Parts: sequence; structure tokens; C-alpha cells
Amino acid sequence: MMRADLLADPVDGLDEALAAVAAFDEVLVGGLLRPQPAQAAGLAGLAAAVAGTPLAAKVAEAAEKAVAGAADEDHFVALAAARSALLGSVHDALTDRVQQAAGRTPGEWTAPAPAAQQPAGVLAAARSWLADLARCGWRGIDHDVVSGAAQVVGAMLPDPALRRQAALLDGFAAELAASCPGSALERVPARRWADLWSRGMLLTLPGATAAAPAGTATGRLLPLGVDLHEHATAVQAQVHGVFEPADGGTPLLVRASVSAPKPDTVVGAGLWQLLRPHMSLLAAVSEGRSMDLVGMPVTAEGDLLWSDAYARQGEAADAFSTARVALPTAAGGPTAPLDRHPARIAVPVFLEGYTAETGDEGLVFALAGQRLAVDTDRIPAAGPLTPEAVAASVACIGLLRWDAGSFLVQPLAVETTVRKKPVAVQAGAWAGGTADKAGVKAEKAATDAAAVLRERAGRLLRK
Amino acid sequence: MSDWERSSTVRVVPPARARRLAKVPFVELADGRLQGVVSSGSDIERVYVSSVEAAGFTFACSTNNNRPCGGARGYFCNHIRALIGEAVLQYGVERVARYMRVDLPDGEPGVIELHGAMSAARPAQGDRAAAAPVFSRFLRHLAYLELAPTTAPLPEMQWFPPTRGVA
Ligand SMILES: [Zn+2]
Repeated sequence: MMRADLLADPVDGLDEALAAVAAFDEVLVGGLLRPQPAQAAGLAGLAAAVAGTPLAAKVAEAAEKAVAGAADEDHFVALAAARSALLGSVHDALTDRVQQAAGRTPGEWTAPAPAAQQPAGVLAAARSWLADLARCGWRGIDHDVVSGAAQVVGAMLPDPALRRQAALLDGFAAELAASCPGSALERVPARRWADLWSRGMLLTLPGATAAAPAGTATGRLLPLGVDLHEHATAVQAQVHGVFEPADGGTPLLVRASVSAPKPDTVVGAGLWQLLRPHMSLLAAVSEGRSMDLVGMPVTAEGDLLWSDAYARQGEAADAFSTARVALPTAAGGPTAPLDRHPARIAVPVFLEGYTAETGDEGLVFALAGQRLAVDTDRIPAAGPLTPEAVAASVACIGLLRWDAGSFLVQPLAVETTVRKKPVAVQAGAWAGGTADKAGVKAEKAATDAAAVLRERAGRLLRK
Repeated sequence: MSDWERSSTVRVVPPARARRLAKVPFVELADGRLQGVVSSGSDIERVYVSSVEAAGFTFACSTNNNRPCGGARGYFCNHIRALIGEAVLQYGVERVARYMRVDLPDGEPGVIELHGAMSAARPAQGDRAAAAPVFSRFLRHLAYLELAPTTAPLPEMQWFPPTRGVA
């Protein structure tokens, strides 16, 4: 049973770390071309916050250069590393708290073997663009500086080894482009853009995205639900589930991901259509089935590197039975060092016995004397789950997340009561296809849109 | 800092609204312009590349083979009308108006008011210089369809949650 009371307790050192991050985030709002006194303080604060760590000397030098308006790319990388280290410590403290609340022990991290080499040229170009952004500051961005990303992203996209960098920079650049000129912005998403900037910087370092498989998985996979991510030109679906090894070992929390670049007009059900052919697991979620895996590659973090060749359809498996019976016994995987960030926290939890209340701040679950915010905005539009169904629910499978200072739960599926009988509704129920009337209509519209784009591509692209 | 400013996952740009693509396969607010591509009604091989600049509304329309549009002589042609209409469907009238720096009348302004406000400014007809970059952006947009999906996880996408809110 979830100890929601633990989620509301203060975490030691959290406010101090976040204050140093916030002050540095303000530095990037103004930019580092001609730093002002407040920015100098923010830079000094960042350096002081990592003073007791191996980063200390490099960051102190970088902060000093930045204050003088003379930081080069290596200095920017050092500042990004310091900020990421602080948020890494925040992640660790929050994750400890989540593990206590969920009654789970985290796995140990073992570094994987380095993956294939990545081309240095395009990574250097990415770093140079990000350095330009840091000099301009978010208030100083214009179309000229933002459009510098287009060539970098264009060179990255065809190379699957650079997909992480490409997805990040493409989404970031589109957001910046829509926000130009920065001088006219009413408000700046300072934490978010500093996150994306820092992460982009670190991903330009060689070997940053090594994700080699640590082993293989043979056994039964019981899906819990689907978490969808999207920006204008990329989509990813992650299926969270419990993996029961065939050898009788400890069940594990695992994820299986599928992602694709996309034109911005592919939306709604079109996202599922794009992903569906590449992971049979999406159909298993829609049909309420388990899958049997044989030799599926899996990373140390518990990410299955899915290939349909290692999976076949299993027996019927109800997600709520999995949540009630298998989830409490499952061990979580560790987090890769670079992924230690609060935004990356997404821990499957099962909640019941709450009261759903709708107030000024939106929907909350009142549970064990605490109020846990519910992020209903994250529920994909192309699916049967609605905020109203969540508000009427009696049980919920969700991902426990943390953002802007507090924990919240993202619903993946809920149980409601219809004529005294429990009815389960999955957010990702349409992932594998649907016979639902509204779903069929959405599928038809998406099929038509995709057909037009493919026809236009076929006629115009290869001339 | 407000919660919005210290959120890692706040949605800055809402996703495009679904729309039918048959007539206008591509529309965007980019490079300081409302720009896009309009399929010819009569020739399946031909498209019109149309654009309107923000603020001054200087407009241009020509084919992908750089022939001038016969309809764009001193005022918005049908392609530009269609482009404005589809932009409003894709982004919502407010976002288009904000980007184009159009002051819309009070009430519930729609595409007619938006079009009217831009036409009333008696915009000049520009040269065809914008057509080539817009067309190449359209091709780049289409090329996203040809990129292979992957099943390796992209942790970066954690920063890009979906939203039920639309443009
Ligand atoms: Zn025309």
C-alpha cells in the first residue's frame, strides 16, 4: 500500500539545491554576452553548490569566465554538468522518498559497455548552437539564432545512434522558434529551457547516450499501461509492465519503448498508427494480454530493447490484477547517471481507497490524509480515458512523478464502477487499434491525413 | 519563480489540431511568415507555395516550378485564402493573429476577421524569393515520414508530455 504521507514530508537539502538551480536558470534568461551582477551571483552560487564535488575546480573556472562574458564551449559544458549534478542529487533524494512510499528497493547501477561511436562533427555543431543560445539568453533569442538548429537536426535525424540528441534539439528548437523574439515574451519557462539546454549540452559529449543491453529477458511480461510523449516532430510510447522471469527470479519493473520522428500534422490516433507496426506489445495492451518473451535484450535500467522477433502473444492479463498482485512484488531498476533528473521520475503505482476531489488546482486524490495532485492533462487525447473518468474512479494505475516542487500522479488506467461492477479504462487502450466508435472516427481521420502526406512525399520528394 | 517557471514539463507549444490535409498539405508559422503549400486543384504534379509576412502582410504565391500565381495580382489569391483558413484550423485564430501581429476585433473573431484585417492593410505583393526555402521546408517536413522508428528508449522525451489542451 502506498504511503502517501511520506510524499508530503520535506526532503533535507532539497530547497538549497533547487535555489542554486533556479538562480542559474535566471542566468540563462538574461544570457551570458554581458552578464549583470545578479547573474554573477547566480554563477557563483552554482559553483559554490558543487564546491565539495569532483566538478569543483572546472565549474569555478567556468563560472569565473562566464561572469567576465568570456566563457567558451567547454565552460558551458562545465556549467551544464554542475546544474545536472545538482538536479541529480534532487532526483536521488526524491527517488529514495518514492521507494519508501511505494515500499520498493531500487536496483544498483552498473555501467554498460560503451555503445557504437558517434560522429563528432555534428555533435560539435550542436554544442556550438547551444553555446550561441547561452550567450543570447532566452530574452535575446531571435529567428536567426534559433534557425541554426535546423542543419544540426537535419544531419542527426537519419542516424539512429543520434536519435536522442535529434529528438531533444528538434523539440527544443521548435519551442524556441514559436517563442521568438524572446524580448517580447510575457514569461519564460526558465526551468524547462535550462533543463533542455543542459541536457543538450551533455548529450554532445562522446558516449553520453550509450545504451547497450546488459542482458536478455525470458519470461512473461504483464503490461500495466502506456505513457505517451510527443512534440511537434517526434512521438514515443512507453509501456510499463511487470516482467516475471521464467527461471522464477524476482519480478522486475520494465519499460518497452517505441518512438518515431513525425510531421507535425500527424497527431491523435495518427501517433498510434505510426508506432503500432513496430511493437506488438501495443496491441497486447489494447487486448488486455500478456506477452511471452524469449531472449529479449534488456538494459541495466530495465528498458526492453523491443523486437517482435523475441515476443509472442500470451494469455489474457488484466492490468488491475497485475497492479494488485504482481506490482507489489516487483523490483525497480536503477537510473542511468545522466538520467538522474526529477523529470525522469515515473514510478508505477497502484492507488485505491482515495477520494477524488476537484478543486481550484484541478483534480486531487485525497489519500491517507494527504492530497496528491492528478495530472489529467497527460492523458492522451486519442484514447477512452478522460479526466471525468479519473474523477469518478475508485482505483488507479499511475506513474508517480515530481514537478515544480511537488509529487503528482499521472493516470495510466482507472477502475470505475458501472452498475456495481468494476470497469477498467486504459489511457492507451487505442494504442493497438480500437473498435470504439469515437476511436474508429479518429483512426479514419488520421489514416486520411497520413495518406495525403505519403502521396505528396511520393510525388514531390524524389525529384 | 512561479510554478510555471519552475516546471520542467510545462507545455510551451500546444500540438497542432487535426485537420484535413488534402488541399493544404503544409502550413506553418515560421521565419516571420505564415507560409505553406497548397495543392493545385487541376494538376496533381503542381503545388503553390504561398506566404504572408507578419506585421506588413507582404504576400507571395508561385508554383513549385517558380511560375507566378495568376490569382495573386495585387490582392490575396485563393491559395493564400486557403492557407489562412487552414492555419486557423491548425493553430487556432488567436495564435495565428498573435504571430502575424494582427489586432482582431472584439467578439468571437474567426478566419473572416483575420483575413479582413490583413487585406484591409492593403499589403504589397512581394517577390518570389521566399518560395524556394518554403518548398524545401515542406520537403523536409515530408521526409520525417521516411525516418525509421526505433525501440531504443529516448529518455529526453520525458520532457515532452502530451496535452489535452489545443492551440
Ligand atoms: Zn496563389
